[in-house]
Amino acid sequence: MIAAIVRTSLIGLRRDRGALVLSFVLPLAFFTIFALVFGGRRDLTPKVKVLVVDEDQSRVSRQFVQGLKQEGSLVVKMRPDPVNGQEQSEYTARSAERAIRDGSAPVAVVLPGAFGEKLARFDPKNDDRPDARLLEDSSDVVASLMIAGLLQKVAITSTINLMSERGSACFGRVVPDGQSKQAERINVSHMLPQDGVAESAAGPAPKKDEIIAVAATKVVGDKKSNPMISFYAAGIGVLFLLFTASGAAGVLLDEADSGTLDRVLSSHVTMTKFMLGKLAFSSVFAFAQLVLMFLWGWAVFRLDFWAHLPGFTVMGLCTAVAVAAFGLMLASVCRTRAQLAALSTLVILVMSSVGGSMFPRFLMPESMQKLGLVTINAWAIDGFTKVFWRDEPTSHLVPQVLVLVGAAIVFFAIARRMARRWEFA
Amino acid sequence: MVQQLQPESCASVPASVTHNSFPPLRIEGLVKHFGAARAVDGITLELCDGECLGLLGPNGAGKTTLIRSIVGRVIADAGTVTVFGAPADSKEARSALGWIPQELALYPKLSGRENLQAFGRYNGLKGAALERAVERCLAWTNLGDRSEELTENLSGGMKRRLNMGAGLIHQPKVVLMDEPTVGIDPQSRIHIFEMIAKLRDEGMSIIYTTHYMEEAERLCDRIAIVDHGKIIAQGSHPQLVNAAFGSRSEVLARFAGINGRVLTWVKERGGGMVDGVAQFQVDGPNEIVNLFEASARSGLQMVDVSLRKPNLESVFLQLTGRELRD
Repeated sequence: MIAAIVRTSLIGLRRDRGALVLSFVLPLAFFTIFALVFGGRRDLTPKVKVLVVDEDQSRVSRQFVQGLKQEGSLVVKMRPDPVNGQEQSEYTARSAERAIRDGSAPVAVVLPGAFGEKLARFDPKNDDRPDARLLEDSSDVVASLMIAGLLQKVAITSTINLMSERGSACFGRVVPDGQSKQAERINVSHMLPQDGVAESAAGPAPKKDEIIAVAATKVVGDKKSNPMISFYAAGIGVLFLLFTASGAAGVLLDEADSGTLDRVLSSHVTMTKFMLGKLAFSSVFAFAQLVLMFLWGWAVFRLDFWAHLPGFTVMGLCTAVAVAAFGLMLASVCRTRAQLAALSTLVILVMSSVGGSMFPRFLMPESMQKLGLVTINAWAIDGFTKVFWRDEPTSHLVPQVLVLVGAAIVFFAIARRMARRWEFA
Repeated sequence: MVQQLQPESCASVPASVTHNSFPPLRIEGLVKHFGAARAVDGITLELCDGECLGLLGPNGAGKTTLIRSIVGRVIADAGTVTVFGAPADSKEARSALGWIPQELALYPKLSGRENLQAFGRYNGLKGAALERAVERCLAWTNLGDRSEELTENLSGGMKRRLNMGAGLIHQPKVVLMDEPTVGIDPQSRIHIFEMIAKLRDEGMSIIYTTHYMEEAERLCDRIAIVDHGKIIAQGSHPQLVNAAFGSRSEVLARFAGINGRVLTWVKERGGGMVDGVAQFQVDGPNEIVNLFEASARSGLQMVDVSLRKPNLESVFLQLTGRELRD
């Protein structure tokens, strides 16, 4: 009897392709994505992009920059990417700050004049440490901390010869007779500076036991009370928008099944008008969801909603239309509600994980970050981040607006084409 | 045996009766394939003004495909459909046509009133005209006191009536009813018959598809019998019966035990078996006696004999050799 029940259930599962996909394909897809993002292949290990401004231009500072470049975990950029094949001039402190603001990189290092000289002198005892300025986007805490640590490391590795010379000099002062036994007992740590340097205006005070005095300045997000709220409002918002949009579009399948669609199309309503009506409804619905999400962020998490209303409206509308069109497309390629449920779950969860709805894309390997750009999530989140995090003007949203609206047009065109099967038999 | 009876043409009806001198609906040489299957096979048909034309045929005969071709939900492979002379896909034709599909094509989460309003708007009604149309339909369907209830909570018969109301919300001149009484109880069916009678009184032109011969006999002025995508006969009920049977009547006979000998005997005398009952055609009552005696001579025991006038079921059986319900 039990075997008969198992057999019946197996037959049911075998014929329910949606359930099969959800049961076996979705876990594999997620496992693969998370494995790619968080570990596994060496070539996909995330690297931190850092802009370096060498104001010193000394031999030692260049050597230091070279040392940074040799760090496997960093992608060092001295100048912006070529524009139309034209090589761009090197970053200045100002242009690097602009680049951080527009999200080109999470952190920049500025090596001021005399950096090389101080590093070469290596005279921490006299509190004459080389200093470096760190311009950071506070949304990427990991990048700033990592760079701050690596600067200390590279200070040693890139100037090992100089260190050696200076070390010998110090050693000579401490152990004049050069006796090896005494030398072994020497704790060189006392050569490091014991008192601090002036604190940065915006960042934390440099630590006293560091070779390089690093002054960090938050150029993005310095006034934000809760830096990741806007990110999660956008990320989670888009994720659920996609689900609700595909669900709303699924009504199309219900109406086709019940014959209501046929009746509607026998009236003065054409298929294009019908689909546009569905698109309009889903868009308004999605926009209302976003408004609610951000209002909640404002009320509970002190998200600065009202000051960013124009940017939110632009991004919210574009995101809502794109998401609604995407839902319509999903529904139009499916034959049944069960198919839609399976496909939408698979596609939306994959899109959301790759596109940054579940965790920030800047924490992903670069290849995954680029892959994420094929998703609505990534463009929407980037746009909302520009508005709420970087305080960029609405005019800076042009790329996101173009991509989202363009995607909406393509999705709708596909949905309309697929809907022809309901139009005529 | 397939027999084509030619109906009286609408053209012969006085011009004052017809609308713009064109018949309400004219179908010429309509063909529709679904893969290799020929669902509609060259149907030519004309609906006269104020007429109720029944399409009678078994399931799968092509009735619904024909109706869907008229309302543009199926694109015919060949042939034309005109509504008062206008192509069926024109705006004028769509306004003139009302379609009551076999399915309950309603929004379950909307109330009856909201459903009527929605379909009214889809058909171009608005404002006071829309509200008047909704009230008229609620009165016609006798759903006025349930108009605010969600459609999903209405009974099967009420949903059927609402389904009809939604098809007539825009006051079409021609109504296509596709088996509107499917799956409802007898009482609701009578209710729907009364609604259709009201439409007929108003002079509306109706095409009514059914596989119930009683409905066709009761409601329709003229009946077209459809089988395998073709109209195999059309005319009024008496015309069809007369053409198929002339003055003959049918004898129904039951035998004590049905076996091969009974079947052979029935077949030899030109009869047929339907649901275990032997059916014969006779010219007069005296032939019953002959049948009775012949069965006795053959050693068969006839236990029940009755005489009846042929009906549409008989006509269909006569024309196709199959039962209407097959």
